[in-house]
Amino acid sequence: MSAQQTTDPAPGQIDRSAALECYRVMLTIRRTEEQLARSHQQGLIHGACHTYVGQEAIAAGVCAHLRPDDAVFSTHRGHGHALAKGMPPHELIAELFGRATGCSRGRGGSMHLFAPEIGMMGTSGIVGPCILQATGAGYSFQLLKTDRVGVAFFGDGAVNNGAFHEGLNLASICRLPVLFVCENNQYATEISFAYAAGNPQVGMRGSAYGMPGVTLDGNDVVAVYQAAGEAVARARAGGGPTLLECRTYRTRAHAEGMRDVGYRTQEEVERWKAQDPIARCRSYLLQKQAVAVDALEQIEADVQTTVTEAERFARNSPWPEAATACQHVYSEPAQPASH
Amino acid sequence: MREITLIEATREALAAAMARDKTIFVVGEGIGPRGGNFNTTTGLYDLYGPERLRDMPISERGFVGMCAGAAMTGSRPIVDFMFVDFILDAMGELINQAAKIQYMSSGRLKMPLILRGCIGIGHSAATHHSGSYFPHFVNIPGFRVVVPTTPYDAKGLFATALVSDDPVIFLEHKSILFHKGAVPEEEYTIPFGQARVARAGQHCTVVAVGAMVGKTLQACERLALAGIEVEVIDPRTLNPLDIQTVLASVHKTGRLLIVDETFQPCGIGAEIAAQVVEQGFDDLDAPVCRLNGAYAPTPYSPTLEAAVVPNVEEIVRAVETLMAA
Ligand SMILES: Cc1ncc(C[n+]2csc(CCOP(=O)(O)OP(=O)(O)O)c2C)c(N)n1
Ligand SMILES: [Mg+2]
Repeated sequence: MSAQQTTDPAPGQIDRSAALECYRVMLTIRRTEEQLARSHQQGLIHGACHTYVGQEAIAAGVCAHLRPDDAVFSTHRGHGHALAKGMPPHELIAELFGRATGCSRGRGGSMHLFAPEIGMMGTSGIVGPCILQATGAGYSFQLLKTDRVGVAFFGDGAVNNGAFHEGLNLASICRLPVLFVCENNQYATEISFAYAAGNPQVGMRGSAYGMPGVTLDGNDVVAVYQAAGEAVARARAGGGPTLLECRTYRTRAHAEGMRDVGYRTQEEVERWKAQDPIARCRSYLLQKQAVAVDALEQIEADVQTTVTEAERFARNSPWPEAATACQHVYSEPAQPASH
Repeated sequence: MREITLIEATREALAAAMARDKTIFVVGEGIGPRGGNFNTTTGLYDLYGPERLRDMPISERGFVGMCAGAAMTGSRPIVDFMFVDFILDAMGELINQAAKIQYMSSGRLKMPLILRGCIGIGHSAATHHSGSYFPHFVNIPGFRVVVPTTPYDAKGLFATALVSDDPVIFLEHKSILFHKGAVPEEEYTIPFGQARVARAGQHCTVVAVGAMVGKTLQACERLALAGIEVEVIDPRTLNPLDIQTVLASVHKTGRLLIVDETFQPCGIGAEIAAQVVEQGFDDLDAPVCRLNGAYAPTPYSPTLEAAVVPNVEEIVRAVETLMAA
């Protein structure tokens, strides 16, 4: 990979191979979710399906800096975070199809994605808890004397919730290695953030808790990559938590099958579609990183093949055995303590 | 054998576990240099410092949610609530998160989280410092619920909680925190799900919970004078609940009373009664009875407070009524 490097970027700035990897991740999220939207219409998805379309740069730019042993916690709109953390698309699709091969073995669906093997510690159907749990991961990692980090992804809706206030304050007073990544897509369902927040500047709230707070263009993967890189490096070095406000927009309905009119204008949606993070990344690669167009076309073809195969895998996967419905409520009986 | 208090007993178990297991840490308000409002952590801060004895701001939801995240990522947090009434600020983090994570991750994540605090009516603590809430937690799949009543049991059960991978709600009744009892100096564990027969008898079975165990034993002295020999069962853990010990006793006595200071509807007495009726109906010589605290918030004034919690006299009368049935 590094052999491809032609540029020698400043520290924290994205190089060509990292930018190409971000492009591949973003495209994987987009193609997977376009497939999920089709599958939803076909009735293959049994419950909710909140897509991340339009917001892919954030997951890709942040997770580019994470190792499998870093812990990500996310929310109801979590497909992108799981895929960017390394979940193969077939495990995500199978989960939404309710199959035994899904990442949560069919127990979760769209809002409860678990893959602790790769540091995907869970998404939650409740807005808020991921902020506290990422703080707790930071607590473990500090206590265990590691340089691992905890990351919470959450929407603008979560910053008016008490979990945001309590979690950021706790992370700050304990100087924990945590990233708080607010994906401000400007709406919580149909409630605009401008209406819901007394102070709609999320990044500025960092200073209220004594931590750096950054507001950035969440549709620019280069900007996200750089800001997240600085925050992750600071956290690993013991410099404490960071709040990142990534301004973005979801270009599909709040959830598949929901109406998407009345609370925002078509013009607004179109304006944001013109800021599509994947198209912007593509032009950046072509123009600023001198990537050849056939290299991108190769990635695009590979991603499409992966997603097509993933959907087939999911559709052909077995259902979970009904007899397993009550397993794992408790841990396996603990071994008698030996001392 | 030497005698120590219930609080000292749990502290011994905690100190031994913290010495052995560097992943254990305690959070709470005043559990650092102060050693805990009820002396739950006295002396430990000097040994282990602020990372493992972390004083918290008044942020119950925050630190419970944080500890759930910590428990999923390699450490063993203990939340020391002081009064367990404060746990109510964190119910979403507990019921929707901590209790469900093992299941939702199909057993790939663990939740070794202890939530401890004092419960119960007494000392004119009034309604925000007198709750018990164990029926709420017993109702939720995923929790272990422990209610120790002797220093010996408290040490052994806390030691088990300290190696459990499940979230454990450990509830210590405030009226017995400083009661003394014989406790071995060496470490030992008491498994969850084993009731203790606190007194043997053949005429009637009483299952008593928390501080009601002591009151029931006092009532038994008076009943014995009248020739009624009561078998008293202390479940020790409400989840898992050792119904077999209760059924074996009812098989012998044919009569069952459950004494519990918490509210009657959907309470632990209702659950025990239902299970005994389902599994031991033929052993019953009389309807199962319950004696509970009043269905009201807990008042402050000593006369009012005494009126809402079962006393020895009422237990005696309840047993006499059951024997006459
Ligand atoms: C505590 C809680 N309250 C309400 C809901 C219902 N709900 C689901 S998504 C949502 C909007 C969330 O908005 P935001 O956090 O901005 O995320 P977005 O959907 O925009 O990505 C709401 C209100 C919930 N899941 N959790
Ligand atoms: Mg939003």
